[in-house]
Amino acid sequence: MQYIPNIIFLIVLVVGIGYFTKNIRRIIRNIKLGQEVDVKGDKKERWGNVMRIALGQSKMVVRPIAGIMHIIVYVGFIIINIEVLEIIIDGLFGTHRIFASLGVIYDYLIASFEILAFLVIVAVVVFWFRRNINKLRRFMSPEMKGWPRNDGNIILYFEVVLMVLFLTMNGADHVLQHMGSDYYTEAGMFPISIHLYPLLESLSEETLILIERTAWWLHIIGILVFLNYLYFSKHLHIILAFPNVYFGNLTAKGKFRNLESVTKEVKLMMDPSADPYASPPEGEEAPAKFGASDVMDLNRIQLLNAYTCTECGRCTSECPANQTGKKLSPRKIMMDTRDRLQEVALNVEKHGEFQPDGKQLLDDYITREELWACTTCNACVEACPVSIDPLSIIMDMRQYLVMEQSAAPNELNVTMTNIENNAAPWPFNQMDRANWIKD
Amino acid sequence: MAEYMAQGKSPEVLFWVGCAGSFDDRAKKITKAFAKLLNNAKVDFAVLGTEESCTGDPAKRAGNEFLFQMQAMMNIEVLNGYGIKKIVTTCPHCFNTLKNEYPELGGDYQVMHHTQFLKSLLNEGRLKVEGGKFKGKRITFHDPCYLGRANNEYEAPRELLQKLEVELVEMKRCKSRGLCCGAGGAQMFKEPEKGDKDINIERTEEAMETQPEIIAAGCPFCNTMMSDGVKGKHKEDSIEVMDVAEMIANATEL
Repeated sequence: MQYIPNIIFLIVLVVGIGYFTKNIRRIIRNIKLGQEVDVKGDKKERWGNVMRIALGQSKMVVRPIAGIMHIIVYVGFIIINIEVLEIIIDGLFGTHRIFASLGVIYDYLIASFEILAFLVIVAVVVFWFRRNINKLRRFMSPEMKGWPRNDGNIILYFEVVLMVLFLTMNGADHVLQHMGSDYYTEAGMFPISIHLYPLLESLSEETLILIERTAWWLHIIGILVFLNYLYFSKHLHIILAFPNVYFGNLTAKGKFRNLESVTKEVKLMMDPSADPYASPPEGEEAPAKFGASDVMDLNRIQLLNAYTCTECGRCTSECPANQTGKKLSPRKIMMDTRDRLQEVALNVEKHGEFQPDGKQLLDDYITREELWACTTCNACVEACPVSIDPLSIIMDMRQYLVMEQSAAPNELNVTMTNIENNAAPWPFNQMDRANWIKD
Repeated sequence: MAEYMAQGKSPEVLFWVGCAGSFDDRAKKITKAFAKLLNNAKVDFAVLGTEESCTGDPAKRAGNEFLFQMQAMMNIEVLNGYGIKKIVTTCPHCFNTLKNEYPELGGDYQVMHHTQFLKSLLNEGRLKVEGGKFKGKRITFHDPCYLGRANNEYEAPRELLQKLEVELVEMKRCKSRGLCCGAGGAQMFKEPEKGDKDINIERTEEAMETQPEIIAAGCPFCNTMMSDGVKGKHKEDSIEVMDVAEMIANATEL
């Protein structure tokens, strides 16, 4: 009988981590629906970026208030996980505060967890105010209506509840330690939960044990629920930010990808010895589709980008088109890509492979008007704290529109015809190029 | 350039003029100012003249990779044919394309934006930059996206302006957070999408908040957009939009 809690704990842990693992595998499978991409560049530089941008949060502090608050929650999250390790060991082996033998170090550990937990609560309350009372413009965009807004708040509630449970557990534990209740050995320093002492000291030992155990169980179950909530929310960035930054672009932002399938065609066209009537050699694949109209046409890094986006909206708030009232919002590009990818993934799960569903990323999610409003200024790319590149998706979709559908806005068709005919975007004669010298 | 070739000589640098610099009346003035500075610094330079052709930047950003690569391959043939090693251009779009997007297609050159090139001339002592009539004037610099964010060059134009002894005031959004003028990504050649405001107006308003006498630019397209913005605000009598090269040339009355 005495092992029942341990067994229940083991079951809860296995179910919680098991379901999460399953969903992570789904994400990996979904990302693999995208085109393979050749990751070039120095590994050292990539790891450097992970250290600086992801671990070091260097781009978060561009906006100091949100940046510092975020660092508190982030550090809190990482440090308090040491406590979770203790909880797991205790739960599995029926021990209590197994790390207490660390002595003074343990005291300081618990004290720092408590202070961080308190700071996290403060930060989360500030975040909640910014979203719901101050109504920061970037949280009020049209794409944030409904689920995305609730999602943001649910995450904040989760964090507050988890921290409150943690402090309640410590508070009750501390009183029990003083009472000399067996099992509750004296350990830890409780600079925050000590303030619960007056509230708790009048309670009976049984009630205190009940409070401590309930908070303990709810805390660990809450963490596992939160872990599994990630897959259904925008919050995956706490994991994916790291690989996403690793795979982030290392070259100058102005360098747009070269389409090699086009290079082949152009070279062939310019080769005077090419046989114009030659049939394609046997066994050669049909030329790839140019550009992207659906998520499968995008590459795996772009799909990873979509899962990583946590909808903070820094990109959108720096976008010149968005700032002047155009429909384009780089954040929406990322959200649409993710939502469509989820839809495609469900389709794949249901049918074994993708069955056309009469929908695509273009038009059904992202409109042409959005795509044509982009000035390719890279402000969104610069703004993203986790190296997401919405611009590359916009460019791929423009390529599809122009090269597969000839569906550029009319003025651009004129521009391109000019470039073709007289080697300038305007209708001037190439022979007049040097006229400025004589003027 | 063909003349150099005929004489069996090669110039120190090729000045890539660009479409705006060749055809747009306003941008031609920038071209001429820069050419004067090059002559003054005794830089042995050549232009391709009628053999120059659009780099393909607007085509690529509009999504027409095919047309871009056609343009790129033709230009690379010409440039490699002349054995060009070093290029300077007054347009950040040409600069970016030549520098970043040509190497993969077989065109490897040392490419500089004209502000970078002028800075190097200054450092070598070949070019003198003096305040002259700009001394003490209130000036704000608009970062071109394709020079700044795209290629991380924020300081060269500012250093030149400092040398002009102007009072440089930064806009709220500057350097890596600078707001686009609205011309990039082939927007120059089309009407903007529906919205509340044109991007160049937004940017001009921001520039006007700094109470400048001159808005300095480093891109012919930014120049057009900002000039239109200033005109839209009926401020063309009190605020000038000038390229950094023009300012340096005018300061010494070249």
